[in-house]
Amino acid sequence: MRFISEYRDSTAVRHWLRELQNLVTRPWTIMEICGGQTHSFLRFGLDELLPKEITLVHGPGCPVCVTPVELIDKAVAIASRPEVIFCSFGDMLRVPGTKDDLLRVKSRGGDVRIVYSPLDAIDLAKQHPDRQVVFFAVGFETTAPANAMAVLQAAEAGLKNFSVLVAHVRVPPAIEAILSSPRNHVEGFLAAGHVCTVMGTEEYLPLADRYHTPIVVTGFEPADLLQGLAMCVAQLEAGKAEVEIQYSRSVRPEGNIVARRHIDQVFRIVDRKWRGIGMIPQSGLALRDEFLDFDAEQRFATADVTAEESPECIAGEVLQGHKKPMACPAFGTRCTPAHPLGAPMVSSEGACAAYYRYRRHEAG
Amino acid sequence: MCLGIPGRILDKYERNGLLYGRVDFGGIAKEICLAYVPEAKPGEYVIVHVGFAISRLDESEAMEQLALLREIDAAGEAAEEPQDMEKKA
Repeated sequence: MRFISEYRDSTAVRHWLRELQNLVTRPWTIMEICGGQTHSFLRFGLDELLPKEITLVHGPGCPVCVTPVELIDKAVAIASRPEVIFCSFGDMLRVPGTKDDLLRVKSRGGDVRIVYSPLDAIDLAKQHPDRQVVFFAVGFETTAPANAMAVLQAAEAGLKNFSVLVAHVRVPPAIEAILSSPRNHVEGFLAAGHVCTVMGTEEYLPLADRYHTPIVVTGFEPADLLQGLAMCVAQLEAGKAEVEIQYSRSVRPEGNIVARRHIDQVFRIVDRKWRGIGMIPQSGLALRDEFLDFDAEQRFATADVTAEESPECIAGEVLQGHKKPMACPAFGTRCTPAHPLGAPMVSSEGACAAYYRYRRHEAG
Repeated sequence: MCLGIPGRILDKYERNGLLYGRVDFGGIAKEICLAYVPEAKPGEYVIVHVGFAISRLDESEAMEQLALLREIDAAGEAAEEPQDMEKKA
């Protein structure tokens, strides 16, 4: 496909690998924030082609993985109600809550549906005025404009049977949490190309500055990832700490102004708990007061749901780049994509799922 | 979840007060909301995420990057060849 295949071209990949080899003189640890990028590195085997000086660590950029277990339990409670049509992106269905997941609710007869777009949930609400349609609004800044538009459309149509269960997270506070940790060993970042397509690079400038860490906004294909790494290593070797854009075919420094305006109109910034990591200040989005009529947590009074994590899952360590998935004793045995203990084994962006799919033979 | 796929806009129209268009992804066309790229025209490429175009793909930027790569590579290979010859000799 155009604008994909060119970036999977082996000549381009070889070029950036040579470039990296020429640039690097000493060891560097670089984190790719986005789980989609983690999967690309492993899927194409790029991590195994890198100069040995470069250590990649995988970041928490998987919204499915960091959605707190309480919210999964709330989703399960809401989806189990007979009047509800519960709509979600497919990735969320197998994520384990304390006792249940959404797929099991569906198998017991719950009306759980996978949608492609939040606007599909709006259409369902219009088609079923006698049912309550709930959309699980999960995602980073990339997804926030779409979910904001769904809420605005519901408000405009005066829909009384549509609500959203909001689990939105923001990337820059997570980068700050990683950089300010006393255990941090990350020296440079590849930032997520689609998050920055929406938000631009403004929020990253003070982070690069304050923590003297280069941040390169990078795309998702092999040539993008290797060029992003080369740009990051060039900065590290030169002692620079700037925000650069590798994914320039999609990212503008100001982001998408119309989309940002919609996010701001519907959501406000709040503190949010990340599964396995804990509370990160200012890292989430919640509905603004004028849209609280569309808040599923209020509509279905789920405040009394309490949750428990699997004691065996080390997702927090994996999501912060402290441990690789295969360091987990449960990896590939008691924890698999079909029977996961934690969310990173489920999601198509989860680091554990990536290692299970592409590196299991090495776990031996 | 932040997956974004490039596709080419086939047409543009309004539905429920929102801007939509059919977008072609290598032979498969899908209805996509264009409200966040109102200035995008049919024939142009956009990056699509969960049914919404989130950016217009800057084709000249992409072409420049790829052309540069081809140039560097041609130059690189030309420079490497004589060395190889020497080694062989």
